[in-house]
Amino acid sequence: MTGPAARADVERAAPERPGHDGRPDRDGRNGLPLPLALTVLAALLLGSAVAGLAIGSVHVPPGQVWGIVTRALGAGWVEPDWSRARETIVLDVRAPRVLLGAVAGAGLAVVGTALQALIRNPLAEPYLLGVSSGASLGAVTVIVFGVTLFGPASLSAAAFAGALGALLLVYASARTGGRITSGRLVLSGVAVASVLTAVLNLLLLTTDRGNEARAVLAWTLGGLGGVTWDTLWLPGAALVLGVAVLMVQSRNLNLLLAGEEAATTMGLDVARFRARMFVLLSLVTGVLVAACGPIGFVGLMVPHIVRLVVGGDHRRVLPAAALGGAVFLVWADIAARVVAAPMEIPVGVLTALCGGPFFLWLMRRDARRSADRGGS
Amino acid sequence: MSGTELVVDAVTLTAGAHRLVEDVSLTARPGEVIGLVGPNGSGKSSLLRAVYRVLRPVSGRVAVDGADAWSLPVRRLARTVAAVVQESGGVDLDLTVREVVAMGRTPHKRLLDGDTLEDAGLIESALAAVDATELAHRAFDRLSGGERRRVLIARALAQQPSLLVLDEPTNHLDIRHQLDVLDTLRRLTATVLVALHDLNLAAYYCDRLYVLSAGKVVASGPPAEVLTPRLLAGVYGVASEVTVHPRTGAPQITFLPGAPPPS
Repeated sequence: MTGPAARADVERAAPERPGHDGRPDRDGRNGLPLPLALTVLAALLLGSAVAGLAIGSVHVPPGQVWGIVTRALGAGWVEPDWSRARETIVLDVRAPRVLLGAVAGAGLAVVGTALQALIRNPLAEPYLLGVSSGASLGAVTVIVFGVTLFGPASLSAAAFAGALGALLLVYASARTGGRITSGRLVLSGVAVASVLTAVLNLLLLTTDRGNEARAVLAWTLGGLGGVTWDTLWLPGAALVLGVAVLMVQSRNLNLLLAGEEAATTMGLDVARFRARMFVLLSLVTGVLVAACGPIGFVGLMVPHIVRLVVGGDHRRVLPAAALGGAVFLVWADIAARVVAAPMEIPVGVLTALCGGPFFLWLMRRDARRSADRGGS
Repeated sequence: MSGTELVVDAVTLTAGAHRLVEDVSLTARPGEVIGLVGPNGSGKSSLLRAVYRVLRPVSGRVAVDGADAWSLPVRRLARTVAAVVQESGGVDLDLTVREVVAMGRTPHKRLLDGDTLEDAGLIESALAAVDATELAHRAFDRLSGGERRRVLIARALAQQPSLLVLDEPTNHLDIRHQLDVLDTLRRLTATVLVALHDLNLAAYYCDRLYVLSAGKVVASGPPAEVLTPRLLAGVYGVASEVTVHPRTGAPQITFLPGAPPPS
């Protein structure tokens, strides 16, 4: 077969040339244009927030939610056609909860994104690496022994210290000869998390503050309930700080994807950069865990899904992951309230239900890809 | 970007108690292409790593245009020295070829700078220089070994170095692309320090060669002076015949089967 007809055939066949792992070659584009992706995600987040305010044991129609919120924000011309009780539910009960969900989802997603680059392992995630367990243990220690060295921020400070300790421990034990394999990373994460959780349980079982122990036990499953406006500012500040610093460092995060030696030759002081980033990520994780308990797998699922849409450049992934994580956790929390109503499921249980299978899929995909490359 | 002078002065490198390179000195004048040859394990890669600032010498000095490479800030050095390294420690997080090459611009950028048209132009011409323009939007981790190597060379070119250090850049490449890559290096105004396995290519493309054996420089100079049957017998343990090729004018080595004659 020769001539124009044959050429047309070739051209038709060319775009659908997926590899044997089913991934297209992304010929001719770098995924969705970033402004478009961010606009879509922001609109989704807004919609999710309204849903989060509307859905629950008392249903408030979205139109009313909109009215209540805009009025509270200063739109005095909106005529209230709702009861005081509903306004209280929306503004004082659900709004802080939805906001904390968005903040925690965004924070966990960017922490996961950055950890995957810093440890150069696609399976890195604060929960799987035991970082969240370290933070929980730190927070629980403060509660059980009643230490309040730093006043109201004691819980967060202790969670930060615990998170940093756990991260350093896992990193040091997984790293041999300058390399971290997925297997060793996950195993040392599991080992460290088990030990820390065991210590945490021991503390809870032996404490004489029985009532608090029960409350804390529920908290260790990860949940957004019970948050108030007063406690929201700290997670919010941690998120803003984390996203700002990571965005500034996004080029350097990219360099790490090339390998440590290559990153050095392109001007990055790898050891110092990693140390600073570890402190930052532990801070964000610690504050978030102190606010809503350890919520797993958000930092694993969101970055990988986002990369499929916008590509791997951190200047694109980080903002998209922040918005995507917020959307994801707001919906996870809605599900947690609705699925077994009137009972509420801890949101961490739900994220683990989706995250576990996702983890297995990712692990298999990874193994397949390195087999494709001849094990390199 | 004119060439930079590289002076390696009495450098010794160790890994634990093991000596990798002992008391090695080497000079590359601005714009020269210097080849580093020698058997496996002779210390070529280690010596290069000391130049691109990954393996710190226990004694001796590496100077780039007179400044000690190891006391310059990493970023400053990266604006002058680029490297194509052997390590394959990258992680697969969905970068395109173009994004990988764009990394090379990092040392020239401040933290929040965007990519300018000038950057885009440098990235395009770096890709073109290694015949990889068509690969630009492919996923980097789906390339073949040879394609990946060319892209990494493009990344180093996009860094606009005045000293380019390459550790066996022709590995995994077919002969067409080996010649293309070496032609590209030859055309650069930058100084080039390159470790090569293929002695005939080294003889043709390099201004001067340094021969390493067991961590020491055993010979150095223009290829025609260095590559003698006697040296090849001593360093590699092979018998050979060296002629001057009538068309290229470069020494042409033919390896002969059997043990080398006793010298």
